[in-house]
Amino acid sequence: MQQLTNEIRAIARKLLREKKVEVVIGFERGSMPLRSRPCFIRKEEEVNRLFWDGFCENALAVYLPKRKERAAIVAKGCDSRAVVELIKEKQVQRDRVILIGVPCRGMVDRSRIESSAAPRRILEMREIEDTLILRGTDFEETLKRSEFLHESCKTCTHPNPVLHDVLVSEWLEEKNEDPFADIQTFDALTAEERWDYLNKEVDKCIRCYACRNACPLCYCPECFVDASLPQWIGKSIDSSDTMIFHLMRAYHLAGRCVSCGACERACPVGVDIRKLNRKLVKDVKDLFGYEAGLNLEQTSPLATFRPDDTESFIVNP
Amino acid sequence: MAESGKWEPKILAFLCNWCSYAGADLAGTSRIQYPPNVRIIRVPCSGRVSPFFILSSLQKGVDGVLVSGCHPGECHYLTGNYSARRKFALLKSLLEFAGVEESRVQFSWVSASEGARFAKLIEKVTAEIRELGPSKRLVKTPHQGVFHATANK
Repeated sequence: MQQLTNEIRAIARKLLREKKVEVVIGFERGSMPLRSRPCFIRKEEEVNRLFWDGFCENALAVYLPKRKERAAIVAKGCDSRAVVELIKEKQVQRDRVILIGVPCRGMVDRSRIESSAAPRRILEMREIEDTLILRGTDFEETLKRSEFLHESCKTCTHPNPVLHDVLVSEWLEEKNEDPFADIQTFDALTAEERWDYLNKEVDKCIRCYACRNACPLCYCPECFVDASLPQWIGKSIDSSDTMIFHLMRAYHLAGRCVSCGACERACPVGVDIRKLNRKLVKDVKDLFGYEAGLNLEQTSPLATFRPDDTESFIVNP
Repeated sequence: MAESGKWEPKILAFLCNWCSYAGADLAGTSRIQYPPNVRIIRVPCSGRVSPFFILSSLQKGVDGVLVSGCHPGECHYLTGNYSARRKFALLKSLLEFAGVEESRVQFSWVSASEGARFAKLIEKVTAEIRELGPSKRLVKTPHQGVFHATANK
């Protein structure tokens, strides 16, 4: 990890010194153990704040749209896919952004580590290769990193940055294709069971819109949930309103969602947000053969059509 | 009119101006009978129908939604229904995944010359939705909020 950190710092230093960018967007060490937070480095002297470990989970691409400065961004696989989609949607200019690509071994789910250590409090954490060494006042424990990954990282099939200007560290082996096992299992339940499960999930929602704000592809100047003329969606936490909010949020990301999982990680009440998103990712792949964020040339699935698209759902009396 | 006390499904149909609406008109001028459960909203093109129209209708308590446009390749705006087809394929699949009954929301193509097809379509859709019974999922019920509860105490 230290080596990655050093490489990122060296690249950032060079970019700032040569005035190739005005800001480097990366991660710095948080004030608590198991936390890293986004940071914005504008001066060469500040470069040593940059840091890299298994907790750099935010989707940094969220900071790119509408940015006036020329920026460099530390990009994991998912971040780079988000940048590709943003470039395609003309929210980011390719020549105004430099991607410092970091092949990613998956980010660690802080809450799982904390609950495995509970009730003891973790005061310090060190990450060496595939092990995490936790230390508290009266204990020391070693955990296997790969067992505590975020759900979205477990199913990630493109850990390497698809687009990058500089590459840090080595290319990782790409995993097999995502079989969407969780979605298939869920689809096999009865409509009643699916409805009940999702209803129970969205009932936790407090409509804080953290999922929207954390999403790199949610950049509309006026979000549909804020629009009042016409007001398509009630702002209450009535279960019908929240369900429609979640359905439409997912639908709005159809063919654009890069499966970074930022929405689910941002959720303060633990709604299973990715269930709907992943269903659409699967459908878009099955029906239109499109995976978001993989290449700059392919047209977005809902911006195009084929005369022989699926007709199976059309009623023929 | 429904007999008093007997439930009749309410179906909202979004019909495109150039084909399906004219098809419905032809059914009428040809005096073809079809169930009176359908309320028609004329839209310029099936591509105009936003998923919000459909979800909003369900939330307000209609029992079924039908969207119909020109046959593929016959769109007045050339490609409106092709784009709509992609949107609806995803929306329908998403709604089913979430547990909304399969026949609540339906899509079809009816041309301006297909009055009889339109009548048959409405018969089929109405029968299926009658089978399902009144819509419950996604319907927003008048709020029995905590404020009322405490105010009454």
